[in-house]
Amino acid sequence: MSNSFSILVIDDEVQIRKLLEISLEANDYKVYFAINGKEGITAAASYQPDLILLDLGLPDQDGQEVLVKLREWNHNPIIILTVKSAEEEIVKALDNGANDYLTKPFRTQELLARIRTALRSKSSNTNESVLNFGNIMIDFASRVVKVNEEIVKFTATEYNLLTLLVKNDGRVLTHQYILKEIWGQSYSEQTQYLRVFVAQLRKKIEEDPNRPKFILTESGVGYRFNTS
Amino acid sequence: MEKLFYKNPSRPYLISILSVVFVSLLCLIVRDSIDYKIIGYILLLLVSLLAIFLEIKSVLLAAILSALALDFLFIKPYYTLHIDNAEDAFLLIMFFIIALINAVLTNKFRRMQRAIHIKETRASTLKLYNTLLDSLSHELRTPIAAIVGSIDTLKQKNVNLSTEKQQNLFNEIEKASMKLNYQVENLLNMSRLESGYIHPKLDWCDVKEIVYNVCNRLAEETKEHKIDYLIGDNLPLFKLDYGLMEQIIYNLIYNCAQHTPKGAKIEISVKYEVDLDYDRHIDLIKKCIITISDNGYGFPADEIDRAFDKFHRFKDSNTGGTGLGLSIVKGFVEAQNGTISLKNAEEGGAIFTLEFNVDCLPINSLKNE
Repeated sequence: MSNSFSILVIDDEVQIRKLLEISLEANDYKVYFAINGKEGITAAASYQPDLILLDLGLPDQDGQEVLVKLREWNHNPIIILTVKSAEEEIVKALDNGANDYLTKPFRTQELLARIRTALRSKSSNTNESVLNFGNIMIDFASRVVKVNEEIVKFTATEYNLLTLLVKNDGRVLTHQYILKEIWGQSYSEQTQYLRVFVAQLRKKIEEDPNRPKFILTESGVGYRFNTS
Repeated sequence: MEKLFYKNPSRPYLISILSVVFVSLLCLIVRDSIDYKIIGYILLLLVSLLAIFLEIKSVLLAAILSALALDFLFIKPYYTLHIDNAEDAFLLIMFFIIALINAVLTNKFRRMQRAIHIKETRASTLKLYNTLLDSLSHELRTPIAAIVGSIDTLKQKNVNLSTEKQQNLFNEIEKASMKLNYQVENLLNMSRLESGYIHPKLDWCDVKEIVYNVCNRLAEETKEHKIDYLIGDNLPLFKLDYGLMEQIIYNLIYNCAQHTPKGAKIEISVKYEVDLDYDRHIDLIKKCIITISDNGYGFPADEIDRAFDKFHRFKDSNTGGTGLGLSIVKGFVEAQNGTISLKNAEEGGAIFTLEFNVDCLPINSLKNE
């Protein structure tokens, strides 16, 4: 498989750059590197990569600042690499316009899947009215959802939440973002609604609600819908 | 006790002066009815008592003052420092020397005690440090050895490895890396706890989701075990820290899986305590109880109380571990104002019970909004 996508990696760790160079080039991506924030911004401007992998822990400046500067003009997907147990950093990065995040140590397969998802959502801007995944069919035009060929009834809120998640397939949505979108600005801290409604949605669409395949929990951050 | 006296640097001197003056005045009242030699003993006793609590300089001051008081007030002729006979002069000199020896000896004894205490603390810190180094180097080096060894074998050019054997080596590298990651995670958490950096972010948690999520992540480690879930469908939401709860349950189940034989059963139950007035005051249910038990060997009875101690590893333990996992659990539980207890089940195995007194929210109250 040959693809023409290019990726810019902004990371100061030589081992990570080496690993990414080998695994990304093996998957036919054109890879550029920058070892600090300043170089990263310049490289993003001159190479115009299709996707940026940005490490939040850079030597010269805060990764969040680099992200904000990049987002001033760059609208291609940006995936954040970060160390574990930094949920607040992750939420902040997502609010600052990052598309996705991975915590170190990450699995290469996972990284490649995230890159594919991010690039897919960039290129495909389809407005299909019917969506099929797994054993689920959603008809957006007639607001009908079928699970295993049978129509399942959803309340208005449940349906809105489901469509929000589905339309952001593969992308992690923060608690605050979902709450604002579905319940409104004043509900942005009311996580209890989200917990209850996600549990209800899982009961209706997941084969085993306790081992969800579609609505995945991103601990301390939010939820991710996953059809792949 | 010492702290009390040393808040103010001039306070010990003040105590010396006042106590000598006070005792002298008391003795002055009864001067005519008792022998002045007895008064000498009383003052000597006072100096000895002061030597127990005060530093050497203030005790010396008390010794000088009491010698002067003895001479001035109690040795005839009164109210002069003049001494009539050699016997009294000798008595006064003896008094002063004994008071001095008393002060010096007590001081010396106290210094020695302090030195021993410092030595003991150093020794126990060193022992703790050695235990840590010992278990750490074992726990970190074993996976590193597995990784390096596997890679060496894979790189060897003159050996023919079957694809299956190569796969096995890759799996070993993977497992060892995950183990290293777990240990590093624990070390980081320990230092977070030690530095007091933990500030729980309490938010509504679906404890059932946390339990299943953690168990799904531990699927590989628990594939030889049978996990039973006793969690009701309508479990309320509890205000806890999601990340800390994940780590607590992860460490407990990881611990169960590591220290129980293959085929052992792990039971996880989540319950809540309902107030009698539950129907009218739904906000009154305030206790979340999580129990994690297994039917393994349980803990050695004489060491069970030390299970949560930092770096404590059980004597008969042959499954390794840094002794950090359970102490982190305890730290994280307490950071959320919870309690954790451990006991052995009568029929064998261990039972961990976690209790949190927290706000809770029945989910039925939200469903239809």
